[in-house]
Parts: sequence; C-alpha cells; structure tokens
Amino acid sequence: MSARPPVRDWATDFDHFNLQWVEDPFPIWDDLRRRCPVAHSTRYEDGAYFASRYDDVREIAYDSEHFSSRRVIVREQKIPVVPSPPITSDPPEHTPARKVLLPAFTPQAIAKLKPRARAVCRELLERIGGAASCDGAIDYAQHIPVRVIAHMLDLPEADGDRFRDWIHRILEIGPTNPQVAMQTLEELTRYFHGHVEARRARPGDDLISFLIAARMDGQPLSQPNLLGMLRLLLIAGIDTTWSGIGASLWHLATHPEDRCRLAADASLMPTAIEEFLRAYAPVTMAREVVKETSVGGCTFKEKAQVLLSFPAANRDPAMFPDPDRVIIERAENRHAAFGLGRHRCLGSNLARMEMTVAIEEWLARFPDFRLADGARVKWSEGTVRGPRRLPFVLGTARNPV
Amino acid sequence: MASAKVLRVRVESERCQGHNRCCSIAPELFEADELGNARVRGDGAVTPALEAKARLAVANCPEHAVRITQD
Repeated sequence: MSARPPVRDWATDFDHFNLQWVEDPFPIWDDLRRRCPVAHSTRYEDGAYFASRYDDVREIAYDSEHFSSRRVIVREQKIPVVPSPPITSDPPEHTPARKVLLPAFTPQAIAKLKPRARAVCRELLERIGGAASCDGAIDYAQHIPVRVIAHMLDLPEADGDRFRDWIHRILEIGPTNPQVAMQTLEELTRYFHGHVEARRARPGDDLISFLIAARMDGQPLSQPNLLGMLRLLLIAGIDTTWSGIGASLWHLATHPEDRCRLAADASLMPTAIEEFLRAYAPVTMAREVVKETSVGGCTFKEKAQVLLSFPAANRDPAMFPDPDRVIIERAENRHAAFGLGRHRCLGSNLARMEMTVAIEEWLARFPDFRLADGARVKWSEGTVRGPRRLPFVLGTARNPV
Repeated sequence: MASAKVLRVRVESERCQGHNRCCSIAPELFEADELGNARVRGDGAVTPALEAKARLAVANCPEHAVRITQD
C-alpha cells in the first residue's frame, strides 16, 4: 500500500495499512491501551473503531446483538454484503450453518490429515535440501496450507498460485479497492461453480462432495450458501496458517535460545505453539455496529466498522503477564488467536496441526538457522499478519550459522 | 472415617466453543464430541496424578467453560 496519508494520531486516525502498524503494531497498541482504550478513524466508510484491550475485544465478540458479523473485513469503501456462512452469519442463521462444517474439522477428523501434512513438509524440505540459504515463507510456509486444503477439497495442487493470488487480492488489496474485491470474489465463485458441478456429476471423498451431500435444517445447501462456504474454506485456511507457520519460524530465527531449546526438547512443542499463536496471532476480524452501544467507555455508532483485533487482545498486560515476551513454556495461556465466542475459528484444529507438524519437521531438518544478514522481512498488510518474505541462512553440523 | 473429597471436572456446554484446549492438555479427562465440542470422559473424577492437568485445562480455556468441583 503506497502513499497513504500519514497518521496524525493513532487514537483518532488509525490506519491498519500504515507501514508502521504493519511492521510493528505492538507499541502502537500499548499506547492506545494506556490512553484510550478504543481508537477511532474516519478513513473507513461510516468510521471504524479499534478495541485494544482483551476485555473489550471479548465483549464485542460475544455481543452479536450490537455487532454483526456480516462484514468481516474493515474497508475504506463498503461493498455489498457477500455471505460466506457461517463466518458472515449472525444468530439465528449462524448455528445451523456452522454445524454443517464442524464435523469435518473435529480433532478426530483433522488427525487423519496429519500424515499428509507431514509428507508435504518433508517434500518441501527435501527440495530445499542442502542449500545454504532459502526463504522460509516462500519456499516452505506458504505451500503447506495450500496443499493441505487442496487435498481436503480435492482440487489441483497446481492451482496454489491462483489461490494465493486471489487471497492477496481479497485480503490485502480488496479493503482499499472495491473493484478488485468484487472482481476477485466473482472469479473465486466461478472457479468453485465449475468444481461443484463436476462433483455433483461424480461425487468423491472430499469436502466439496461432503457439502453437496450435507443437510442444513433437513434441506440441501442452497447454491449461494454452498459457494459461500467454499470461498470461506479457501480464503480462511491459507494466508492465516501460512502466517502462523512463518511467524513461528521468524521467532525461532531471531531467538536462538528458544530455537535450541525447542529443537532439543519436543515436550515444549505444545506450549510453544500456543505461545506463538498468542504473541503472533495472525487474524484480525471485523464487525459492523448494527445498534448503538457502549464498550470500554466508548460509544459505538450504528453502521460503523469495528476492527476486532485478537492480536491486540493477546498482548494486553491485564490478561497476560509480561505479554511482549515470548515464553515458550507459558503454561497458562488463554489466548484469543482463534477468536472468542460463537465464531471460534472453525479450522483451529487444522491450523494447530499444520503449525505443529511444520515446525517439528523444519527443526528436525534445520535445527540451526537464522535471518540472513541485512534481511528485510516483509509482513502482510491488513486483516492477516504474517511474514511474506523470510530470507534464512541454513546451518549444517560442519557449517553452523 | 472421613472420606477424601473427590475433585471432578465439568464442561459447561453452553459456554464451550470447541477450542479443544482441554482435550489437548488433559486427554485423560476430556474428549471432543462429533462437532468438536468438549465433554468430560466418564464421571469426570480427577485422580491426584491428574490434578495439575485439570487445573491447566481450566486456566487455558478461552471461554471459561471448564470447571473443577469438589464433592
């Protein structure tokens, strides 16, 4: 995002596409938490609010009466509401739509995909092989969720570049460019339309066929609901986990002590993954105010957009002692990386599994690595935060980094 | 003879959103149902060996849905 007007004051003019926010938002959030705690901005149509405290984020997430999920991305210009149930659904439509998808994402269902995810990671690492350097985001992290979701939906893995391009346009360009947003959503709908028709003719053992056969309140899903759910599965499942894996690798590349401890002691992995999720939570959601209310001492005006920052909630010192320190053995960690309340990330078991396998396999192959000298890490903008370029130097027993 | 108090875990199903933290931390005490929401295994009785895990399951539930009771 080039040439954005400079921010006058983060409390009254915040811009989550500003480079300072994109690269290091944490000091900005600390400042807002101390003096605000709810920021506002008129850069977005009908205005936008940003809650910086855990308790306020939680209250908004739990309150579907005043805060609707029909718009889950904060935009400069609103576009017509394009339903992707259940993420864009409010009660009472939300629960039936969510129940359609939940069985496919239980811990038991996701455990069956673990060998596949591991094979994908090993193949990628094999390709990096004995190189002295690589890009952890481009050569490794970005491919893992794409291949796993392609497998789940039985779509060609070779379509991965198109998936990432669509998602980049929807999540990073779309919020400030409504034409791109609408055009990309149409392309994605057309793509799935073709696959749905093919699968209706020849059902398989995949998630598209599962949704075609599914019943919601006793009826098959309408075509718009079906296509909306498929768009959601693709958009929500790729950049997010790519970001989670990438941010974990970035942490380990820049914190050699944590890297050595985790490589040496696999029993630290569960708490380490939760801590990476807390400290580098990739996903910021949005709500639309549908009835005026007050949270954190601030009035939320009807029609305004709300940036629902789970990443900021996760750095609140009132909730997490020493929140800016990553403590890989942190035992009590009620983080909100997957949201709070009825919209808890449907894919959280999948994301955790992919992150765990990806980090285990990476450390088994490359226990010794660091950021390349002078490397410039590029972070994604807006709704999903994660490193998009991670130039690494890889060490070997003979040539440690 | 006074009998020792029994600790039990409980999942408040109206609060649980299926984060699955309790099932990961204490699989001996919790399991996921067919929708991925948590339920207690058996009668939820916590042996002394599992008490620490039960308390961690409580402390990590983002929805405050896991409780420990004593009877």
